[in-house]
Amino acid sequence: MATMKQRFGTVYEWLDERLGLKAMGELAEKKDVPVHRHTIWYYLGGMTLFLFVIQVATGILLLFYYRPSAEEAYESVQFLMAEVEFGWLIRSVHAWSANLMIFTAFLHLFSVLLMRSYRKPREITWLSGFALLGIAMAFGFTGYLLPWNELAFFATRVGTQIVDVVPIVGSFIGKVLRGGSDVTGATLTRFYAFHVAVLPMLVTVFLGVHLFMVQKHGMSVPPDVERQGSQRGIMRFFPSFLLRDLVGWLVALAIIAALAAYFPAHLGEKADPFTPAPIGIKPEWYFMFMFQTLKYLPAHILWFEGELVGILGFGLAGAALLLVPFIERRSQRGKPSRWFTWVVIGIIVYIIVLTYLGYTADPTQ
Amino acid sequence: MANNVGGARQSRRGFINWILGTSLGGLILAVLYPVSRYLVPPAAGESTAATVTLSMKPEDIPANSGQIFKFGNQPGILVRTPSGELRAFAASCTHLACIVQYREDLSRVWCACHNGHFDLNGRNVQGPPPAPLEAYVVNVRGDEIVISRDA
Repeated sequence: MATMKQRFGTVYEWLDERLGLKAMGELAEKKDVPVHRHTIWYYLGGMTLFLFVIQVATGILLLFYYRPSAEEAYESVQFLMAEVEFGWLIRSVHAWSANLMIFTAFLHLFSVLLMRSYRKPREITWLSGFALLGIAMAFGFTGYLLPWNELAFFATRVGTQIVDVVPIVGSFIGKVLRGGSDVTGATLTRFYAFHVAVLPMLVTVFLGVHLFMVQKHGMSVPPDVERQGSQRGIMRFFPSFLLRDLVGWLVALAIIAALAAYFPAHLGEKADPFTPAPIGIKPEWYFMFMFQTLKYLPAHILWFEGELVGILGFGLAGAALLLVPFIERRSQRGKPSRWFTWVVIGIIVYIIVLTYLGYTADPTQ
Repeated sequence: MANNVGGARQSRRGFINWILGTSLGGLILAVLYPVSRYLVPPAAGESTAATVTLSMKPEDIPANSGQIFKFGNQPGILVRTPSGELRAFAASCTHLACIVQYREDLSRVWCACHNGHFDLNGRNVQGPPPAPLEAYVVNVRGDEIVISRDA
């Protein structure tokens, strides 16, 4: 801070008196990052945040051309892709960055689980992070519909019908989500409102809580590193860790640019509510393991409809995951919890296998 | 005396808190009620169509084929069985509402979303669908196909 003070002198002092720059600088300097063999996993949160910033920037740019109605949405995206200079690039970056953001968020979640970073006093960090992942998936689900193409139309039909399956309140909530009992233009405008207004507002709140908690409690050191005393030291967050973050972000940006250039986002056929679902229809990859599970469930399990069992099962699994800091008590008491490691690895394997089957199993068999 | 004043003050404070609390509660309700009603979509003209006349000639529909038609604002599927019979069903899969199609290779109605199979009577015979497709009544009147909901 000293150099800044010399260079900007009176301007710095003027601002400091009003904004408290000195206190902010001290806060940044005080933060440090533990160095040990798992340090690399600390970069995932920042990476997810960087990808989110790309989403905000490209999302705002897309708003300049997008028209949220069943009559115009598909055509406006077509126009954006074909006529607008670099329209294809902005949309492809938005699509790729979205997928990578979900991917890094999932990696972040599993690394936090395996490193037991949710332990006291970081329960609220975990809960807010879990909420952010849910919001990110809601972003993906609502954004998928906006181009109003065939795949999106059926994915939304299935996705919102899943809500209807939930007993008692399901069909009412489904109706409110869709703006009616079917997926129509009303659904498109609603999803647009969710995607560009409601969800961004929620992200702002939960991200604020999440980052504040991270700042307040600092990085969690995994229990096995603590037990073995294998921590090699600490690294200043500012500037050492942040500069490494920056390198990662630049690499990510280069990868996204390459992916967008070589594999631009598709648009496909315009949605038609009176055509059969296309063969090989599938949701975004991060819903694939659930989609594939629903395919394998029989029509009836005991006295219940198969899909109800599947959906409630995933609901319960999600609730258990949310409450992990309160369920997994052994590591809270400083004891090793091998069983929990196996549970997490089991979940990862399940997701990978079912996702793999979703992409390789013959859809017509 | 001092106690009394304190007591009076406390009850006055309690009264004011109660008034403020109730007004605040009332205000919140007065905002939430219209907003929640606003979010529930109005009951749009649900399809009340009980019959629909299709603009295709019965003889143009080949055996062992199926096609989607509009039944009001809902999709239906018209099937001509390999033996030549015309049948019609609601085309929304009973599993998760995807729109079904006719599989000529299997002579079955099939849903691409979760691989659900229905036979030529609309019965769910394989895969996750929990219930049969709703069957409609098909009548051929000269050059017209008239499809109606079962009375």
